[in-house]
Amino acid sequence: MILRDILDVLQAKEIYVNDQEIYDKDFAFVSVTDLMSDALALVCSLGEFTFLLTGLVNAQSIRTAEMLDINTIIYVRNKTPMGDDLAIGVDMKMNLFTTSLSMYEACGKLYETGLKTATK
Amino acid sequence: MEYTYTIIKDDYANAGKVSSQIKKLFKDLQINPDIIRRMAIACYEAEINMIIHSYGGIIKLTIDDEVHFIFKDSGPGIPNIDLALQPGYSTADERARELGFGAGMGLSNIKRVSDEFSIESCEKGTVLTLGFKVL
Repeated sequence: MILRDILDVLQAKEIYVNDQEIYDKDFAFVSVTDLMSDALALVCSLGEFTFLLTGLVNAQSIRTAEMLDINTIIYVRNKTPMGDDLAIGVDMKMNLFTTSLSMYEACGKLYETGLKTATK
Repeated sequence: MEYTYTIIKDDYANAGKVSSQIKKLFKDLQINPDIIRRMAIACYEAEINMIIHSYGGIIKLTIDDEVHFIFKDSGPGIPNIDLALQPGYSTADERARELGFGAGMGLSNIKRVSDEFSIESCEKGTVLTLGFKVL
């Protein structure tokens, strides 16, 4: 499923996009967690086809994504990284989005699309 | 090639910065991406552990036919390593949890992704040694 359609489903807005081509990129997996060690321990899919959905808005969500070769993060509940945290995202060439949906609502909508969990 | 990095206790603002630098170094050396990912995960978890749990220390990285990491801190040590290796066990404080850590997966995760893993700990400090086959 291409990112543009995923963002539509979540009614998500752009925070920062490093690469405009990301909108047409296919994703197959989503890692959903607020615990970064869980993401680091459990994500077994290819980062290239995986995005992170999280309510954790500080720099560690971005650093964790980087370690997993994930370059796209969607934050729930309108959360947005600010200041130094956002600067790290820009420096890391991340693509960052936010949705007003809660984690529960966002997961429900994503599940219906057929996207698979990135965790084993 | 040998590199040494200093890790400062409670330096949450820079947590993960060293791991990020090391990952970039591995990419420049054109190491297999799957191996880089495993090394990056291990290095990041260990760096965060040092910031959260230790009085600070150093990361020593050696790159030749294999990659070796030594994470050496100056205490206070891990009272029960078997317990610390148990998935879900955590002594992380509120500040660490706010950052998204404290899931209790750190050490077990490091062990899982490493080709060689050894850990020694006493009150004077912990030494975690990791090895990765990169060829």
